[in-house]
Amino acid sequence: MKRKQALLGFVFVAPWVIGFLIFGLYPIIKSIYFSLCQYDVLRIPQFIGIKNYTDLLFEDKYFWKSVWNTLFYTAVRTPMCILGSLLLAVLVNKAVKGMKIFRTTFFMPSIITGVVLSSLWLWILNPQYGLINSMLAFFGLHGPLWLQSTTWSKPAIILMSLWSIGGGRMLVFLAAIQGIPKTLYEVAELDGGGWWTKFRYITVPMISPVIFLWSVIEVIFSFQVFTEAYIMTQGGPLNSTLFYNLYLYMKAFDDFSMGYASALAWLLLVLTLVVTLIQFKISKKYVHYQN
Amino acid sequence: MRKIDKKVFKKVVTYLLLISITVFFILPFLWILSTSLKSDANIFIFPPKWIPDKLDFANYAEVFQRIPFLVYLKNSVFVTSMTIIGIVLSSSFVAYAFACLKWPGRDKVFIFVLITMMLPVQVTMIPLFVLFKNIGWLNTFKPLIVPYFFGGGAFNIFLMRQFFRSIPSDLFDAARIDGMSEFGIYWNIVLPLSKPALATVAVLTFMMIWNDFIGPLIYLSDKMKGTLALGLAMLVGQTQTEWGMLMAASLMMMLPAILIFFFFQKYFIRGFMMSGIKD
Repeated sequence: MKRKQALLGFVFVAPWVIGFLIFGLYPIIKSIYFSLCQYDVLRIPQFIGIKNYTDLLFEDKYFWKSVWNTLFYTAVRTPMCILGSLLLAVLVNKAVKGMKIFRTTFFMPSIITGVVLSSLWLWILNPQYGLINSMLAFFGLHGPLWLQSTTWSKPAIILMSLWSIGGGRMLVFLAAIQGIPKTLYEVAELDGGGWWTKFRYITVPMISPVIFLWSVIEVIFSFQVFTEAYIMTQGGPLNSTLFYNLYLYMKAFDDFSMGYASALAWLLLVLTLVVTLIQFKISKKYVHYQN
Repeated sequence: MRKIDKKVFKKVVTYLLLISITVFFILPFLWILSTSLKSDANIFIFPPKWIPDKLDFANYAEVFQRIPFLVYLKNSVFVTSMTIIGIVLSSSFVAYAFACLKWPGRDKVFIFVLITMMLPVQVTMIPLFVLFKNIGWLNTFKPLIVPYFFGGGAFNIFLMRQFFRSIPSDLFDAARIDGMSEFGIYWNIVLPLSKPALATVAVLTFMMIWNDFIGPLIYLSDKMKGTLALGLAMLVGQTQTEWGMLMAASLMMMLPAILIFFFFQKYFIRGFMMSGIKD
C-alpha cells in the first residue's frame, strides 16, 4: 500500500518534473552558456568568455540608463503603491452603506492590463486633448507634455500603473486589516486615540508582515515593466523610458544579440536578488511578527 | 449633541473621500467610452463634450477594416481556452501528488517548486525561443500552449494544493477501501469538490493569457496568426491620431474581461487577494 502510493506520487508529480527539465533547467543552462557567447541565432554561438558582462558594465551607457530608469520607476512606484492602497483599504474597511459598490468600483481598473491599458492611457495622457490635461485646463492650469517630456514620461507611466493596480492591492490589505482583533482598536479609543494613532500604532504594525511581503513582490513586478513602454514610448523620449526589460528585448529580438541579452537577463537576476536582500535587512527594523 | 455632530461630520468626510476616489477610478472609463462614440471632428474640441450629440458607431466598424479583428479574436479565444484547459488539468493533477499522496521527499520537492517561482522569465526566454525556432514551432500556437500542460505553473500548483488539503482525508480513505484507484479519486472525488479552486485558477489564467503580449510578440510574426493584443498593438503603432477608432478597438478587446469580471467576481477577488498576478 505504502509503496504503491509512493509510486503513484511520482506518477502524479511527473508532468511538473518533465516540464521543469525541458522548460526550466535546460533553458537555464543554455542561458548561462549563451551569456558567455556571441550569438545571433543564425550562426552557432562563439565563446567569448565574460566579454558580454564587462561590455555591459563598463562600456554600455544604455545599460546604465536602463538601470537608472528602472530603479527610479521602482523607487517611486513601490512606496506610492503600498501606501496608497493601504490607505484605500483603511477607508473601505469602514462600515457605511454602499461600501461593497465602492470596493468593486475601485477594483475595476485592475482587470485592465498590458496593451489595452497602454492604448487607453496614450489617449488619457494626450497633452492637447487628453482627459488629464483637459481637466487641468478646466481649472486654468497648463498640464505637462507627459509622455513627450523627458521629465514627465516616467511619472506618467507610474500614474497609469497606480490607477491600474491600486484597487487590486487594496483588497490584499483589506483582507489583512480584517484579521486584526477589534479589541485592539477599542482599547485605543478608550485612551482617546484618533484615526492616525490607530493607523500608525495598530494597523501598520499588525499587518507589517503583509506590507513587507507585498513590498518585495511589488519591487519584482516593477523590475518587469515592459509592455507599457514598448507600446507607449518605445523607450523615448531621449531614452527616458528605456526600462531594463525593454532594452533586453531590443537587444534580443531587434538586434539579435542573443548572447548579450542573456547576460542582461542574468544581471537582472543579480539586481533583483540584491534589492530583495536589502529589503530583508530593512524589514528587521519594522516588521513585527506575532508568535 | 456634539457627539452626534461629530459622527455626521465623519460620515460626510468618508463619503466625500469615497466619491472623489471613485471619480479617479471611473472617469477614464467614461472618457474612453465617450471618445469611441465620437467622430474625429468631435474629439478635438475644447472643452470636451462628454455626451456626443449623435452616437457614432463608425469607429467600431472601422476597426474591422484596419485589422482582421475576427481572426485575432478566434486566435485569442483558442490560445486562451487551450491554456486554461492545460493549466487547470495539469496543476490539479500535480497538486494531487503534493496534497493527497504520501511519498518520500514530497515536502522538499514542493519547496523546490515554490523556489522556481523566483526565476525571472527573461532568463529562460531566449533559449526557449531558440528551442522553439529549431523545432519549427515559430508562428504556431504551440509555444504559447504546450508548456502549460506540464504542471501549469508553480503558483497554480500551490493554490490547488492548499485547497485539496482542506478536503477531509476520511473521504480518500473510504474511497481507497472501496477499491477506487488514485486516478479515480482525483477525477471523481477531488475535482468535483474543488470547483471554487478550479474556477479561481481558470479566471486568473484567462486574465493572464488574454492580455499576454510578450509571448505572442516573440512567437507570432505571421500577420494572420496574431492575437488581439498584437492586433491592438499594431493599431497603436500605425494610427496614433485616430483616437476614436483606437478606443473602440481597446473597448472591444476588454469587453470579455469585463463580462467575466461581472459574472465571476467572487473567484476573481479571491484570486487577486491570493496572487496579485497581473503583469
